[in-house]
Amino acid sequence: MFSNFDFEVVRRSLPYLFYEGMTFTVTLTALSALGGLIFGTAIALMRLSGFKILGRIAGVYVDFMRSLPLVLVIFWFYFLVPYIGQWVTGASRPISVGAFASSLITFIMFEAAYFSEIMRAGIQSISRGQPAAANALGLTYAQTMRYVVLPQAFRNMLPVLITQTIVLFQDTSLVYVLSITDFLGAASKVAQRDGRLVEMYLFAAIVYFTISCVASFGVRRLQARIAIIR
Amino acid sequence: MIEISHVDKWYSPSFQVLTDCTTSVTKGEVVVVCGPSGSGKSTLIKCVNALEPFQKGDISVDGTKVNDPRTNLPKLRSRVGMVFQHFELFPHLKIIDNLCLAQQKVLDRSRDKAMAKGMQLLERVGLKEQAQKFPANLSGGQQQRVAIARALAMDPIVMLFDEPTSALDPEMVSEVLDVMVDLAHEGMTMMVVTHEMGFARKVANRVIFMDRGEIVEDAPKDDFFGKPRSDRAQKFLSKILSH
Repeated sequence: MFSNFDFEVVRRSLPYLFYEGMTFTVTLTALSALGGLIFGTAIALMRLSGFKILGRIAGVYVDFMRSLPLVLVIFWFYFLVPYIGQWVTGASRPISVGAFASSLITFIMFEAAYFSEIMRAGIQSISRGQPAAANALGLTYAQTMRYVVLPQAFRNMLPVLITQTIVLFQDTSLVYVLSITDFLGAASKVAQRDGRLVEMYLFAAIVYFTISCVASFGVRRLQARIAIIR
Repeated sequence: MIEISHVDKWYSPSFQVLTDCTTSVTKGEVVVVCGPSGSGKSTLIKCVNALEPFQKGDISVDGTKVNDPRTNLPKLRSRVGMVFQHFELFPHLKIIDNLCLAQQKVLDRSRDKAMAKGMQLLERVGLKEQAQKFPANLSGGQQQRVAIARALAMDPIVMLFDEPTSALDPEMVSEVLDVMVDLAHEGMTMMVVTHEMGFARKVANRVIFMDRGEIVEDAPKDDFFGKPRSDRAQKFLSKILSH
């Protein structure tokens, strides 16, 4: 079955695939996860705060983001941001954002919605006695969150956060709609150029599968270790 | 030191937990609050450092009004030590860091100073060897002693205890009570919600008996144990002292 396959093309394109493609994919994944976590935590705190309006705004945002297909958000955002930028800054022409910045902002906004729900569950898993004890010691709301509640919530939710990041890692391949050279984009370009579609897409699938699998295995190990610490 | 006057608290318009509670704790006094469960004693003690809000009346601690919106609550709370029924140590921090966190973040003590103070207090409650462990590795009695040390690390002017031995296995109750008795003998001002009548007899100056959100009896220890004036207190005492 593999007799007329040419896997030499994979070997030849390895440096391009990994230096260009995978670097982009990993960078986008890492920065999106980090940004998503920071904004997600902020949204979770808004939803859990006593202020009704703040909670409402955060709730609407999360529901809105979760009701749209990611690929549409990426697409629309890329075309809309220059015009929004123009409108905000009052420039005479649409401002240029660049594919990377545009996709990064999109992923951060999108992931923030998902991470916020994870962090919200994590914060709610902390018993009410913990913030009470921190307050009784004289810690302010911000200090209580920073030193007592969030570290515990983060630890409890770490496996779920990493699992979500693995999903994000796969989702970043959707930037192909912007013709960006991420890992899949790079593989795709080589495949088109050399007419070796099956080989290249097969290889790309194996790489995504292997990385995600290893990461999932790592999460299970981590879960076991956290279970012992508690 | 603590002035509680005419405090009312409702959880909902139809459910009143505290009704016209008035009492006080003077400097150096040990006051034990007892009563059947659901009588509002824990709620009352939590009102003292504003962990629970209340709708009517006033509470002041060392002259500072707790229910005044302009009061700097974190600052006030840092001077009022509190020990909880379920210890509430921070599980993600080592024992010594449990003692240092608020010292450094609230009182702005240096790490060295906080550590020294923390170790000194751990030694006092007999847990110096446990400093580098995590709370989950300690027994309930040890955790509660750490919680007391953590509160003392802030150099409080008064200590509040909310059923400090209720969640403990029976054999661990005395190790916690011993620490509290020592504290009382040193002249610490204490307000203690507890069912431990032995502790009350030993160190309390006054006993407050609560039932259904009201302070039914507020009497010097000997009067309370000698002959309580109210029927409800008499019944309560005969029940818990009959065994």
